[in-house]
Amino acid sequence: MNESIVDIIYLVAAVLFVLGIKGLTKPKTAVRGNTLSALGMLVAVVITLLDRDIVSFEYIIAGMVTGGVIGGLMATRIQMTSMPQMVALLNGCGGGASLGLAAASYLLAMEGNGYSTDIMGVLAVSFVMVTVLIGAVTMSGSLVAFAKLQELISGQSIGFAGMKFLNGAIFLTALALLVMLCINPANTPLFWALVTLAIVLGLTLVLPIGGADMPVVIALLNSYSGIAAAAAGFILGNTVLIVTGSLVGASGLILTNIMCVAMNRSLTNVLFGVMAEGSEDIDADEIYAGKVKSAQPEEISMILETARRVVIVPGFGMAMAQAQHAVRELADVMEDHGIEVEYAIHPVAGRMPGHMNVLLAEAEVPYDQMVEMDRINPTFEQTDVAIVIGANDVTNPMARDDKGSPIYGMPILNVDKAKTVVVIKRSMSPGFAGLPNPLFAKDNCLMVFGDGKKAVIDITANLDLS
Amino acid sequence: MDLIIMQLALFVLSLFLGVELITKVPPTLHTPLMSGTNAISGITLVGAVLAAGAGEASMLVHALGFIAVVMATLNVIGGYLVTNRMLAMFKRKD
Repeated sequence: MNESIVDIIYLVAAVLFVLGIKGLTKPKTAVRGNTLSALGMLVAVVITLLDRDIVSFEYIIAGMVTGGVIGGLMATRIQMTSMPQMVALLNGCGGGASLGLAAASYLLAMEGNGYSTDIMGVLAVSFVMVTVLIGAVTMSGSLVAFAKLQELISGQSIGFAGMKFLNGAIFLTALALLVMLCINPANTPLFWALVTLAIVLGLTLVLPIGGADMPVVIALLNSYSGIAAAAAGFILGNTVLIVTGSLVGASGLILTNIMCVAMNRSLTNVLFGVMAEGSEDIDADEIYAGKVKSAQPEEISMILETARRVVIVPGFGMAMAQAQHAVRELADVMEDHGIEVEYAIHPVAGRMPGHMNVLLAEAEVPYDQMVEMDRINPTFEQTDVAIVIGANDVTNPMARDDKGSPIYGMPILNVDKAKTVVVIKRSMSPGFAGLPNPLFAKDNCLMVFGDGKKAVIDITANLDLS
Repeated sequence: MDLIIMQLALFVLSLFLGVELITKVPPTLHTPLMSGTNAISGITLVGAVLAAGAGEASMLVHALGFIAVVMATLNVIGGYLVTNRMLAMFKRKD
């Protein structure tokens, strides 16, 4: 087929992708946006299949069927609570695909005439090597993230104090190999060394990053998978790859930034697993001593019966307990009796950006009841009861009041301003930051210990709102 | 060389376009945004198909091309389907 026609059709695909992402900016148009972008993908793939350079179709068909079946099964079976793992795995596949195609294109050139020695040849090789580097880091890094989220390995930080120096050394060695390959592309063993090193780098980069920092990592890997695709576009001189790859790269970077701001930490701090140092040791016993009040679900029901406005604050614990449906049922009963119910969503609640929203949407909570932090914070003073379920660090008043604490400056949900705070939690164990939470010791705070789902069901059962 | 400069321009301009588009996405939709853009990054399928279908090439090239096609297709199909599933839940029930 005429190359200009192919390019014009690629342009159509790119436009469909842009319109698709634009659609995602509003819940009303989001489904249509996703369909438009899928249509763009279909157009781009079909026109590529008509390319005259393709002579054998057996590998393509076999590959598409295999990938399509696995992807389709995963997408339809996965539970909403496991969505972070799913996205991690998909990121990894994106990176792996870029790695595979870069390696294939390099070996193909080696089997043919090799690369020319002029500037164009050097550029061509450098594009391949950059794609290999980013693609491999994305792939292995995402697999580690997946393993952590799926709890195949410990979700806590794994590593040692000097880890960042090791990572730095690996990265510099990889760069050196990259330069050497640009000078002498025919050195195939060096190429495989680069591939191996990049895969190792992905592992050592993500292993030291612990649980609650996962949203940042997932967003960052998302960005890498896009940049890898764009780099692959430079290898093939394919504009649609360049445009869409950079769109995705930008999207991931923005989300990464939003997550970092919401934790008041810099990206380097997250990547190197650094938590700010507290100026003094904070003694949990001193904060909690004799001040923590525990309550039974029935007592909470009685308090809710007289409430006019209730705010529910979900965290990762709600996902762990699969309590989202129970929470929605409790909210339904309260709403039927004229109690105003809203959900307060902290940007880093859960294990990926927007995790809580998806869970609540699954439980059929209308999206206009999910209120973001900046909008809900001023309303806590007019709130009768704030129910915190499975959230900890994002409600810790130390972040607001205690200049000496390691999390000082992190924006939090001001649940302690509500008339009564109910915290549903398994035990007094600290959150990811490893800090005691003075909220639990406040006069207006009641703790309900136990399984989140069971506690919520008990509260609902004891509500007498007639 | 001119062509590469033009492609570079395209890359940079698309980054800016991406920033403009994405900053408008509300936090509620951040998860579907990630899986949706993720599906889009499966566009590497286009390149993978070219590598897998290349004529005279060794088994290794074909194998790498095949792996790339599997992963890219998984990325595309899985990404779009799961995004669609999530977005359907966000539809207002009225």
